[in-house]
Amino acid sequence: MTASAAGWVENRPRSGLLRLDLRELWAYRELAGFMALRDVRVRYKQAVLGIGWAVFQPLAGVVVFTIVFKRLADVQSDGLPYPIFAFVGLLAWNYTSGALTKATQSLVSNAGLVTKVYFPRLLIPLAAVLPGLLDLAVSLPVLLVLYPVYGIRPGWALLTLPLWIAAAVLVALAVGLLLAALNVRYRDVNQAISLLVQLWLFLSPVAYPTSAVPEAWRPVYALNPMVGVIEGFRWCLLDGPAPGPESLVSAGVTAALLGVGLVYFQRTERRFADVI
Amino acid sequence: MSARNAIEVEQVSKRYRLGEHRSGARLGEAAAAALRRVGRRPRPEEIWSLRDVSFTVEEGHALGVIGRNGAGKSTLLKILGRITEPTSGVTRTRGRVAALLEVGTGFHPELTGRENLFLNGAILGMSRRAMTRRLDEIVEFAGVERFLDTPVKRYSSGMYLRLAFSVAAHIEPDILVVDEVLAVGDAEFQAKCVGRMHKAEREGRTVVFVSHNLDAVAELCPEAIWLDRGEITAAGDTDSVIDSYVRAATSPDRDAAPLVHTGEVTLHGVRLLDEGGQPAATIRRDRPFRIEVRYTIHQRVPGLDMSALIFAASGTRLVDEAWSDTEGSRPDRPGTYTVQIAVPPVLNVGDYRVGFWAGTAYETLLWEPGAASFRLEGSARGRPERAVALFLPWQVVDEQPPRPPVEADSGSTSAIGP
Repeated sequence: MTASAAGWVENRPRSGLLRLDLRELWAYRELAGFMALRDVRVRYKQAVLGIGWAVFQPLAGVVVFTIVFKRLADVQSDGLPYPIFAFVGLLAWNYTSGALTKATQSLVSNAGLVTKVYFPRLLIPLAAVLPGLLDLAVSLPVLLVLYPVYGIRPGWALLTLPLWIAAAVLVALAVGLLLAALNVRYRDVNQAISLLVQLWLFLSPVAYPTSAVPEAWRPVYALNPMVGVIEGFRWCLLDGPAPGPESLVSAGVTAALLGVGLVYFQRTERRFADVI
Repeated sequence: MSARNAIEVEQVSKRYRLGEHRSGARLGEAAAAALRRVGRRPRPEEIWSLRDVSFTVEEGHALGVIGRNGAGKSTLLKILGRITEPTSGVTRTRGRVAALLEVGTGFHPELTGRENLFLNGAILGMSRRAMTRRLDEIVEFAGVERFLDTPVKRYSSGMYLRLAFSVAAHIEPDILVVDEVLAVGDAEFQAKCVGRMHKAEREGRTVVFVSHNLDAVAELCPEAIWLDRGEITAAGDTDSVIDSYVRAATSPDRDAAPLVHTGEVTLHGVRLLDEGGQPAATIRRDRPFRIEVRYTIHQRVPGLDMSALIFAASGTRLVDEAWSDTEGSRPDRPGTYTVQIAVPPVLNVGDYRVGFWAGTAYETLLWEPGAASFRLEGSARGRPERAVALFLPWQVVDEQPPRPPVEADSGSTSAIGP
């Protein structure tokens, strides 16, 4: 009765640091799609503006930021017109913070699934970071209107946009995995997430450029993975200053967070159903 | 017949720390608990939901799992379905496992029937392609064609249930693990559930079926295990497992509660005896049983009468059999008596209460409406609502051939017909 016999699937106490079954994850990919689709549909059901919110939200943010940071505080914007500077910053930020929040709440809000059906739990936070991409895709074309207004022509760097979007997804996922798993046991996380997002906004170059941070502090500042992401967005979409070595720091931190998140998630996932 | 195992369960134990399976601990509580541990280090309270459980199921066989609430049945299913992992031991399953712990898992009220079908299908491991292929069949089975694009929040609960079950009924796993939560809904729905499981069994799938409905288990599963407090108490042939389960579900001390005492007559106790004369709290529906009453008459009461009553769980007085209803002398002299009354198997499956009354035509001397309680187990034959099940025979006393369907043209008569 060895496990080597063909076709056996085992359920035994898990050990080891990380056992990522990518093949199984792939086999269940449709489920992630359906869960993401469900979230999109549910969000816009019975909403008059519907997907229009994806455009309205960052634009409203731009108006507020322009008044507060540009008019009142005269914040610099790397020589870019402030409204479009803030708009791109907000696109990157809104996606990441929204996806991160959704991912954090994902396991708890899908508790009914977690306690009743088996599938790779990783799918839940994975699916949670997807719907925001639709909003991003809808709000990006607004730039086509803003470009002529502010006389901006993006360069070849535009081609790297998918890379920066992927970076934003990874940041949201890395932090989201960890917080989602923690949230299963400690509902404090649910409360803390809005605070975290609020503070994080001010620690990220959304309303102001990285160049406003004293040179000596930049390596420390770049420990915030959003620094690299937002710099990248501005570089490729607005032909802003090319990302400096800070991006590498941000990438390293993202990778480290993702590793920690994955390990913690995997270590705790088999007990989700007992604890949630 | 291949004797290949589809399921192997080896020394599986599952421990829950008390409070842990409650939802959402708070960080503060965890910190406080940690502090307490530093101080005194008390052992965390633990519950072994399963203890050293081992069994195997051959491919294409059906295994029933019976036991009281909290015996570990659901935990076992969750481990088989890989929803949670065992604390120790291992389970092995061959092929695709579908664990149906409830119907409509993941249904979202805002989504339409169609959207929910695809989502629920994906949750149960059905690909989009397979779902597209079988959509018509599933929708027809559920009988919700007209409402397919209506949000399910507008569905009646019956429609909702049918839609949810129709998906579960059309997945084609190698191993089907079903919890009794499927036994929600009306009798027709339950019959549909059991019918569908029969079909799965005929198709050569392996079935593990948990239920309180001993009859459904007996009907569906040739073999069964009985779980009690997380351990296998009996395993093997379903009939004998059910027999020992029903026998052990009796707890004579339960009837030893103090009863009302008034004047001339003292009631010591009322208990139920099964066919074999053994005290029992659970009795098979299809067997006669006896109500036994022990009482003392302290002084002579001329014309003393007494009555045994049976109340349904709803409070309806189903039986009220007075001694005076029948011929024969009744004891009225001082002394301690043990008397019995035999009840034929006419009541339906359910929970009942036994009352005892003693008195004369003029006054009540003793009235104990809750002297004992018992449960009848077995088959309600799909009609749990009826109070009595008599299985009266039907017979045909007259038969007429059908009339020929001729109305308009009365001139031409049909060749057949009178």
